[in-house]
Amino acid sequence: MTDLPVPPARFSHRSLPEYVAILLVLALVVSSLAATAPALDKLSRGIARLFAPSGMLMQMFPPDFSRIVPISWKLLETLQMAVAGCFLGLLLAIPFAILATDRLSPHPVVRHFARAVIALFRTVPDLVWAIIFIIIVGLGPAAGVMAIMVDKIGFAGRFFAEAMEETDPGPQDALRAIGASRLGTIVSSVFPACLPSFTATSLFALEKSVRGSAALGLVGAGGIGVDLKVAFDLFNYDEALAIILMMLVLVIAVEQGSGWIRRKLI
Amino acid sequence: MNAHLALATTLNGSTKVEPVLVVSGLAKTFDDRSILSGLDFALAPGQSTALIGANGSGKSTLLKCLIRLIEPSDGKIEMLGRDVRGLAPRDLRAFRAQVGIVWQRHNLVPRLSVLSNVIHGVQSRLSGPRAWFQALAPAEVRAEAMLCLVRVGLADRAVARVDSLSGGQQQRVAIARMLMQRPAFILADEPDASLDPQTGEEVMALLLSLVREKGLSLLMISHRLEHTLEFSDRILGIAQGRIALDLPTADADAAGLRRFFDHQEAS
Repeated sequence: MTDLPVPPARFSHRSLPEYVAILLVLALVVSSLAATAPALDKLSRGIARLFAPSGMLMQMFPPDFSRIVPISWKLLETLQMAVAGCFLGLLLAIPFAILATDRLSPHPVVRHFARAVIALFRTVPDLVWAIIFIIIVGLGPAAGVMAIMVDKIGFAGRFFAEAMEETDPGPQDALRAIGASRLGTIVSSVFPACLPSFTATSLFALEKSVRGSAALGLVGAGGIGVDLKVAFDLFNYDEALAIILMMLVLVIAVEQGSGWIRRKLI
Repeated sequence: MNAHLALATTLNGSTKVEPVLVVSGLAKTFDDRSILSGLDFALAPGQSTALIGANGSGKSTLLKCLIRLIEPSDGKIEMLGRDVRGLAPRDLRAFRAQVGIVWQRHNLVPRLSVLSNVIHGVQSRLSGPRAWFQALAPAEVRAEAMLCLVRVGLADRAVARVDSLSGGQQQRVAIARMLMQRPAFILADEPDASLDPQTGEEVMALLLSLVREKGLSLLMISHRLEHTLEFSDRILGIAQGRIALDLPTADADAAGLRRFFDHQEAS
């Protein structure tokens, strides 16, 4: 009878710095929960208030659709803000992404600058951009469009650059060897190779824009968010629910539509 | 004029011809590692020249140096009457337009049609959207691209996506794209490497026919002994970064060439 092989240890040996790192991460999680998470008793009291006969949830039902026509127009404005902002953002994301791509950028300094701009646009939340653009262009949908545009440059710029980074350099080298210009090489070999990725990113950006544009109105940047804020401020919770439901329908419709396009094109 | 040059520039004993390529003292070093260490040779026009040598002997590096896809470390290159190393970026683009390259991998744009890929060859002399996609190309460019496809026997596949073609067909599309360039000189980097023997032979025969019919000059890296003997007029062998063999194909014998196809011996 042969000896059975000894199974390996269940856990691999870790060094002291690794144990310290694990402890630090655990300490960060526990201290964060302790400092910011809601107390259970407070949470349960709040939920009970929500379901009380005079609570917000009870007052939301039935939803009030009496202002469905003006709300629908606002919803259309929200969609238009999303489409316009997204379109402009995607369009401007392309040159930023080209400049941020290793192989396509004309100079390392330009590449680092483009990457920094994309990171800045992506890191600052769209609500903050909305506030900035309200100061620049005033209250209304124009500020919302600008906020969505900047947010999308950050979002799509990063993914477009990654997609271009991953393309096969062979066709680009071949066109360069033919004597093609830099622009010709990019448009005729890089863009076709990136088309599926660009399409998927653009559709995700549109979905994100529609969701985001509804919230932009909360700070005065146009769209349905303004009506939602007013409904909450005036305790018209039934109308607020109607607005939320209509926003839900819009977001689901856009997501379904973009999903269908994605399946067809990619 | 050195011996190589004299040999290359003299045809039929007394008739002098202007060489289409003169390389003297060409060197290339990568991080203190010498790949090419002083190459000298010259090529007469309208000839097919096979460049042979073991793996890592610097054949591909030489080809890329000739059109400065890789910058040489030292030496002189005179090609098609131009001092290649002295060309400014704009002039370099114009020069490269005259040199057609057939790569080991076809390097086509996979999602585009055969016709669009062939039309990309016109970017050597036409810029802007008209040279990017077949749908935007002028009628005369489309017609010329179709003629190039007829030349390689693929006119009936013009609208097919290039990634739906076989390896041999894709290499033919790459040759059609190269023809669209209207090159004066062809560089071929193992054009038959990724093809089955029969398809490889067809591609090599196609390249040789361009030399014979259009009077183009061809410098090709060859990794198959039988193709070297069948499809070249002259053979250059590289070893230790130098030209170690230079003779007309008619004078070559298979046994003498074999060491250039054997990695152990040649390196």
